[in-house]
Amino acid sequence: MSTTKKPLLEVRDLKQHFPITSGSLLQRQVGAIRAVDGISFDVYPGETLGIVGESGCGKSTTVRSISQLYKPTSGSVIFNGIDLVKADQRTMLKARRDIQMIFQDPYASLDPRMTVRSIIAEPLVIYNSRRLLETPLSSLDIERKVEDLMERVGLNKAFKNRYPHEFSGGQRQRIGIARALALNPKIILADEPVSALDVSIQSQILNLLGDLQKEFGLTYIFIAHDLAVIQHISTRVAVMYLGKIVEISEAVQLYDNPLHPYTTALLSAAPIPDPKVERERQRIILTGDVPSPDKERNGCYFYDRCPKRMPWCSCHLPPMLDIDPKHQVACWLYDKEDHSNVTMEEALADAAKPKT
Amino acid sequence: MSLNPNAKVVLEVKDLKTYFKTDAGIVKAVDGVSFTVREGETIGIVGESGSGKSVTNLSVMRLIPSPPGKIVGGEVLFEGEDILKLTEKEMREIRGNKISMIFQDPMTSLNPFLKISTQMVETIRLHEKHVTKQEALKRSIEMLKLVGIPSAEKRIQSYPHQFSGGMRQRVMIAMALSCNAQVLVADEPTTALDVTIQAQILELIDKLSTKMGTAVILITHDLGVVAGMCDQVCVMYAGRVVEKALTEDLYARPSHPYTEGLIKSVPRMDTTKKGNRLFSIEGQPPNVIDLPPCCPFHPRCIKAMEVCRHAYPPIKDLGNGHEVACWLYADEATKAKALAEANVEEKAT
Repeated sequence: MSTTKKPLLEVRDLKQHFPITSGSLLQRQVGAIRAVDGISFDVYPGETLGIVGESGCGKSTTVRSISQLYKPTSGSVIFNGIDLVKADQRTMLKARRDIQMIFQDPYASLDPRMTVRSIIAEPLVIYNSRRLLETPLSSLDIERKVEDLMERVGLNKAFKNRYPHEFSGGQRQRIGIARALALNPKIILADEPVSALDVSIQSQILNLLGDLQKEFGLTYIFIAHDLAVIQHISTRVAVMYLGKIVEISEAVQLYDNPLHPYTTALLSAAPIPDPKVERERQRIILTGDVPSPDKERNGCYFYDRCPKRMPWCSCHLPPMLDIDPKHQVACWLYDKEDHSNVTMEEALADAAKPKT
Repeated sequence: MSLNPNAKVVLEVKDLKTYFKTDAGIVKAVDGVSFTVREGETIGIVGESGSGKSVTNLSVMRLIPSPPGKIVGGEVLFEGEDILKLTEKEMREIRGNKISMIFQDPMTSLNPFLKISTQMVETIRLHEKHVTKQEALKRSIEMLKLVGIPSAEKRIQSYPHQFSGGMRQRVMIAMALSCNAQVLVADEPTTALDVTIQAQILELIDKLSTKMGTAVILITHDLGVVAGMCDQVCVMYAGRVVEKALTEDLYARPSHPYTEGLIKSVPRMDTTKKGNRLFSIEGQPPNVIDLPPCCPFHPRCIKAMEVCRHAYPPIKDLGNGHEVACWLYADEATKAKALAEANVEEKAT
């Protein structure tokens, strides 16, 4: 179904490196944190792409690079045929009206000195004053729009003159959602929108996001570290590790048949709220921690922690392999050639050979 | 995994009440909580933020800042002795020694200025005065090896910032268990950690508590963690235990509408069908300042009755230690009596 559709957003070989500098006066770049290190994916209209991974794997950086909050180091982000990385400021701003974000921490993402009305109206006011809207809005139009939005996300519009501290975490997240909806975006980038919320509030917000998607035909890129949440909301899922996508697939297929050893470990580590299931499960416990993303690796990025590693993986970077049109995985285990019998010497010798 | 009724009771909390005095009124953070912990057993305390789970355990450790907080009633019996009556000096002998604690945030619970070795040796020597520095250091290294820190001899000389989050939490566990604690209070020990690291830490706590016979009080909001780790669960809401049961019973027959809603509102990886709406408990957790005598859950409850608005439900035992505080399980006579009493009071005021 999605193969015939034209993608709404195309990300191609996106890289986001943050320089590490040393020296106090003359700052010299001594290295780079490779937060996002060459990722490519498509997002189709109306779908929800979930991105999972551990902290530091580059999920948040990915969406921030897409929305041009960070200028990507290289690669392209094509939205509606416009490359946002290369486009000039005004074209980019105009295109970005359709890309909005919801942030993780509802306590930090709302200005404590603005009223709810001014928070929700801010995107409208900014785009209106820059004349980037099709039809200019009067202040009365904006007022009405704010009230509509508040009602739509389940906030009492009588509260519009209140300040964020008067609201609970769940209500603040609703304010953040209303703000994101203000410009009628096509795609919403939601960066861990439910992680900071209590269980009973989390399900309210997830239901709200689902309803809004149906009503406005929204497309989501949804980040979470909770695998059950991702499964609930996503149509497709990308698993990230150390700045790279290791597996991307339809959600159902990924959860039923995870291929990458990291995905398998991640799924087996996630607790299931049922004591019967939980006590009979076999866990794959990964050893060690996520390494620092400060250097480029020749081999597989997951090599150090992989339970199924082969000598070949230490010095050959796995490409994205197509398992079927809807399922790609970056792992040598699924290559057409069998690498399991290659010794370390042979693998190193092969890696040293100049590429033809 | 089931409860062994013959195992020694190490900690018994009876009708504990901790109130905080604020400008807005009295906050009844913990209002009559009781539970029993036996040797080698893991008890889970679940609830949303503000339900009083952390305050319960800080009260057990006697770490409530006073003022504004005060333990106004109840008993905490540790090996038959009420530790709420001990002097601060006597309490210090127990705290960190016989009852230890692991905190939620491993980033802030270690002193960034001191080496791991200094902090671990300090803990041991504070409680066991006769131990020399060398012996304490040796024991610390052994503990670090036990919790799986590679090249412990070298790493013990590092500072906390040189460790990752998961490793810092391991150091905290090593420290907490270095004095043969009988009770380990773990306050959201894995909330700040990633899923794969969470699995490592939970397995470690489970392994060590079995090996050393330590009783564990695990505070968490994650129902998945509880399902895997605990023998017994207390569900807290607005400062009270609303349901207490063996883990299997609780998940198989959640009896309080809050517990039921909580279990249903978590998306599950193994059974959820995509696209279905999640069950959700509408509304917000209540403000616990000057809460009137009523079931605190009634504004959000789908099964609320008239009596719920007027009196706190009695605790009913459903058998096999499954206790629930809900009017749904009370008999008609009790309900009528409570309603009548509430009416009398209303008229009087």
